[in-house]
Amino acid sequence: MTFNYDVPGDDFTRAGEASGDLKKKLKKLGFPSSVIRRVSIALYEGEINMVIHANGGHITADVNTDEINLTLADVGPGIPDIEKAMQDGYSTASDQVRNLGFGAGMGLPNMKRNSDEISIETELGVGTTVRMKILNQ
Amino acid sequence: MNVRDTAEKCGFEIVAGEEALDRDISGVYCCDLLSFAMGRAPEDCAWITVMGNMNSVAVASLADVACIVLCDGVRPDAEMMKKARQEDIAILCSGVPAFETGKMIFDTI
Ligand SMILES: Nc1ncnc2c1ncn2[C@@H]1O[C@H](COP(=O)(O)OP(=O)(O)OP(=O)(O)O)[C@@H](O)[C@H]1O
Ligand SMILES: [Mg+2]
Repeated sequence: MTFNYDVPGDDFTRAGEASGDLKKKLKKLGFPSSVIRRVSIALYEGEINMVIHANGGHITADVNTDEINLTLADVGPGIPDIEKAMQDGYSTASDQVRNLGFGAGMGLPNMKRNSDEISIETELGVGTTVRMKILNQ
Repeated sequence: MNVRDTAEKCGFEIVAGEEALDRDISGVYCCDLLSFAMGRAPEDCAWITVMGNMNSVAVASLADVACIVLCDGVRPDAEMMKKARQEDIAILCSGVPAFETGKMIFDTI
């Protein structure tokens, strides 16, 4: 089963909508709450990153009984140094965004911790694609 | 102890989430940075924060906490209230700072 979501850029009133919707769908499909929680956390962090850092993007969630594959693609600025971006506490978030509680630099580490596999493809000025796999176990 | 009884015993005002008040609280977590809360707040905890905007509700729902407790006299804004209704998230308001708020809940549950 595949679910698609368009994520609007810079719209905090809708940020988290895709993650919230997928969470409800997984609940209906009967996935265990531990798996739903990991998918929700990983997807929310990726969704918010697209809103804050990349002016929006597109999410594809491929749901199977044994695994869930999430693809988050944007045409934003790209990430200059992925290794740095993956470190706890590294953030380029603006003051405006920090005032809302974002910008701890914990999003990508949360995505890594909550997924079984993560890969990030990025090119400066072209965009970023994050792929995450969460096993149903 | 459930959210309703905890709020009553601690003297916190219940401002949203009538549907979610029977949920049991099994711990307390305290942090205002959303990604910290997302990554570290345990399921079914009372999450104490001063962030009274709708993003807190999204985090609370996805991290599956029992309720949000706004401390230090912070009130939720209109969008937070609306989202809390949509997501069935209970919001309590406490007039005292985070540590005191957390200690009261910890001593009560
Ligand atoms: N999709 C993206 N496009 C461009 N840059 C990104 C993207 N995702 C992350 N980044 C860069 O990586 C950094 C670290 O991301 P991470 O999610 O860990 O922290 P944050 O978003 O800054 O703060 P937090 O997630 O804790 O609110 C960001 O500050 C940003 O510079
Ligand atoms: Mg982030």
